[in-house]
Amino acid sequence: MKKWIPHWLGMPRLDPVMLLLIGLVMAVGLFMVYSASGQNPALVERQAIRLGLGLVAMLVLSQVPPHILRAWTPWLYLAGLILLVATWFFGVGRGAQRWLDLGIFRFQPSEIMKLAVPMMLAWYLHSRLLPPTLRDVAVALAMIVAPAFLIARQPDLGTAMLVAVSGGFTLFLAGIRWRVIASMAGIAVAAAPLLWMGMKEYQRNRVRTFLDPDADPLGQGWNIIQSKIAVGSGGLTGKGWLGGTQSRLEFIPERHTDFILAVFSEEFGFLGVALLLLLYLAVIARGLFVASLARDTYSRLLAGSLALILFVYVIVNGGMVSGLLPVVGVPLPLISYGGTSAVTLLASIGIMMSVYGHRKFIH
Amino acid sequence: MFGHPGQQPIKNEADEVRLFVSRARIGLIISLLCLLAIGSRYFYLQVIQHEEFSTRSDNNQVDVRPVPPNRGLIYDRRGRLLAENIPAYRLELTPEEVSDVEATLGELAALVDIDQDDLDRFQRNRRHYRDFQGIPIVYNLSEQEVARLAVNRHRLHGIEVVPYLSRHYPYGELLTHVLGYVGRLDADDLQSVDAGNYRGTSLIGKIGIERFYESTLHGISGVETVEINSRGRVLKVIQRDDPVAGSDLVLSLDVNVQRAAHETLGDRAGSVVAIDPRDGSVIAMVSRPAYDGNAFVNGIDSTTYQGILNAPGRPLFNRSINGGYEPGSTLKPFVGLAGLELDVVDRSWRVFSNGEFFIEEGGRPYRDWKDGGHGWVGIEAALEQSVNTYFYDLALKLGIDRIHSYLSQFGFGRPTGIDLPGEGSGILPSRDWKRGRYNEPWYPGETVISGIGQGFNVVTPMQLATGVSALVNGGTIRRPRLLFAVKPPGGAATQRVVAPVIGEVPVSDPRDWQAILEGMRLVVNGARGTARSVSLDAPYVIAGKTGTAQVYGLAAGEEYEESEVAENLRHHALFVAFAPFDDPRIVVSVVVDHGGAGSTRAAPIARAVLDAWLQQEWRP
Repeated sequence: MKKWIPHWLGMPRLDPVMLLLIGLVMAVGLFMVYSASGQNPALVERQAIRLGLGLVAMLVLSQVPPHILRAWTPWLYLAGLILLVATWFFGVGRGAQRWLDLGIFRFQPSEIMKLAVPMMLAWYLHSRLLPPTLRDVAVALAMIVAPAFLIARQPDLGTAMLVAVSGGFTLFLAGIRWRVIASMAGIAVAAAPLLWMGMKEYQRNRVRTFLDPDADPLGQGWNIIQSKIAVGSGGLTGKGWLGGTQSRLEFIPERHTDFILAVFSEEFGFLGVALLLLLYLAVIARGLFVASLARDTYSRLLAGSLALILFVYVIVNGGMVSGLLPVVGVPLPLISYGGTSAVTLLASIGIMMSVYGHRKFIH
Repeated sequence: MFGHPGQQPIKNEADEVRLFVSRARIGLIISLLCLLAIGSRYFYLQVIQHEEFSTRSDNNQVDVRPVPPNRGLIYDRRGRLLAENIPAYRLELTPEEVSDVEATLGELAALVDIDQDDLDRFQRNRRHYRDFQGIPIVYNLSEQEVARLAVNRHRLHGIEVVPYLSRHYPYGELLTHVLGYVGRLDADDLQSVDAGNYRGTSLIGKIGIERFYESTLHGISGVETVEINSRGRVLKVIQRDDPVAGSDLVLSLDVNVQRAAHETLGDRAGSVVAIDPRDGSVIAMVSRPAYDGNAFVNGIDSTTYQGILNAPGRPLFNRSINGGYEPGSTLKPFVGLAGLELDVVDRSWRVFSNGEFFIEEGGRPYRDWKDGGHGWVGIEAALEQSVNTYFYDLALKLGIDRIHSYLSQFGFGRPTGIDLPGEGSGILPSRDWKRGRYNEPWYPGETVISGIGQGFNVVTPMQLATGVSALVNGGTIRRPRLLFAVKPPGGAATQRVVAPVIGEVPVSDPRDWQAILEGMRLVVNGARGTARSVSLDAPYVIAGKTGTAQVYGLAAGEEYEESEVAENLRHHALFVAFAPFDDPRIVVSVVVDHGGAGSTRAAPIARAVLDAWLQQEWRP
């Protein structure tokens, strides 16, 4: 960029386009949290503080050159694995052991893995000849399966899948051959009954409910039915900000967290949804573009995977709210109320910015 | 750790970038396709199906609401209604429709009886209800209150009088220890049931039969799809899946026998359990003091509750299944049977009782209840006169290990498994038990007093009745049952419930058993029987065994003089009985707290219970 600005002036290397895009998303998010929480300014304030924390993380990471990140990667991955094992033994949480209590604060080690798995795969593939050989693919798969298994048995199937998929993206971007992809897909289909047997009853219920929400309209199906009513009643242009009756009457569960898109759809209609989806698409496109400018294999694979996984969040959340996909606890990126995922997401944006700031032509 | 040192492949940067860009492009295209899919889903919901969802949402909300099932009724074995559902009214307030909740509550207080507990509960509930839902304030309104509210209705917005089915127990305290009661469903209850099925339910079984058979009594919730206006009022029912009512229960209790036990026990604390030894069904189960479960149904206020909680004799305590009593001499028939059946002694074995028994010369004396002793006695006379020395000697010969293993066959030391929640297990001591409890070895003296049911032994009245049932029916141990039959809703056939057989005590010589029963017959009918008064004018032959549970120990040489001992230090009186002797149809165990000797206090109660059951059986 402007090379004549001396580095010691502290001008951070940021990606202005990306900053603008996520700024817009976060602004929408704060407005929606206000509306969905029943106009509770305290929640908005708390969310703003979390986003602020996330922005600081983003800022810090964007200044770390990718080769340093690369050097840290194995240790981060290892630490994440150890913490996951620790969660197995010392974890806390209602129903599922996902949290590690550190006295001062509690956090989810699985959240680290959302970044650490694509980082680790990028690290490994960085030194390989691409496209990867079968042996490389096998090693990479092991790196994905170990944490995914540990997370799945917490149990947190949603996060386990996100982690696995993010690793899968790295392999995909590394150019893994189509026939390998096809055979892995075949194995996955064959293993589906095994997965079903390994699921907990409540997880199966979610799948059943997804297949037939009207079977249990008071219990499991309630969320989906009410959410669909909210979305459908929004129409083309919506009922206006703060005008959603479905959400105001508290028919929608989790309406300021996982189901915030239902409130958005009710209040801003199809046009609003379309614009929001395009905004997310722009973020992804920008991320992939940044990746293509990257200086080395590691940066390229990592930035690309992080961009794609962001879009998976959007698709899964959008599908869940509209009854197209089963209910899994995946938030709408940077809009859903909640701290952990916001910080992780902004950290991944920070990594993309670092890749951008240290791209090929700057040196 | 994960690296592969020494092998540095030659990478072609340009190729890799080209590969990456092609893959990124595919990724972007797939993303676009997914986006299109999601987008068209929203287009479908929001544009194409908008009309339908709009009607379901707009001013006319379509609401899916639960329809609670009617709770099953409870009858006794002769068809008397023990628990019924009665229509009642509750007062509800819908916060969204009330501009000033506090002021409205103040106005209501002038019309109906609202106390601080109601207000506290209302405030607690406000957090759990949605604002457009009615929150109950007062249950079980009186007719005058309903009328007053109707007259003032025009100025009370957001206030509604809602009909519901409440639970009522016509026999009040007579049956509370058996039936238990239902109470307001709370968050803890929802942990143990399918919350979806309880969405519309307001009452749930808290203890007793109501709790144990909750799933049978409750039924299956129905669903009603209704159209409501923006104020939450139902405009019309669109669709309705009717609830399935809970099943009715028929208990094996006979209210007549129950009442006889309850009334003869009177104001004394204690317990009466009557079981039909032929099928294990429970005919009566009384624990006094008792309390009225009706007070708990619609939420008990704290003063009343504290009153019951702190009343003398602890009315909430169910002595029949949780009261731990020293069995005293009521255990002697079992110890005697152990001696005969394990061939430690035979039926002709006799012991000379001179009033005192010593394990070793000059040791501690173990006494008979009669100064100077009873002379030479065999098993029948030993039971008739309750001769301690016989059982001291026998217990030493048996040893604690054999006593423990033989008596445990009769169910002592563990819950009987009756169909009530929270039953106690009593104590049948053994070496292991003492090691675990006190970390001490077993002493011979403890074996001696175990022979007369003292020391560490603890039984519940239910265990005594179950054990004696096995004694008289040839060794069959049944899990006692209160449930006699289940009547499913809709007139389906009644299903008879049979008490399951959970054990058989082996019979090596039936004459041993007859000798024990003969001894028990003599207790009531013999010239020197300890409960001769019981048989007075009885049209059938009664057999039994008295017992006395020590409340405090006597120092050596000290005499126990009932009249000189304070009431609360007096011994507990026990009596077990069965009748008719040749074909036993009922077994009774009676405990009267601080009742002194078993024969005077407990035996007459047993007689009243036997009469109530047998005399109506006598005249068909």
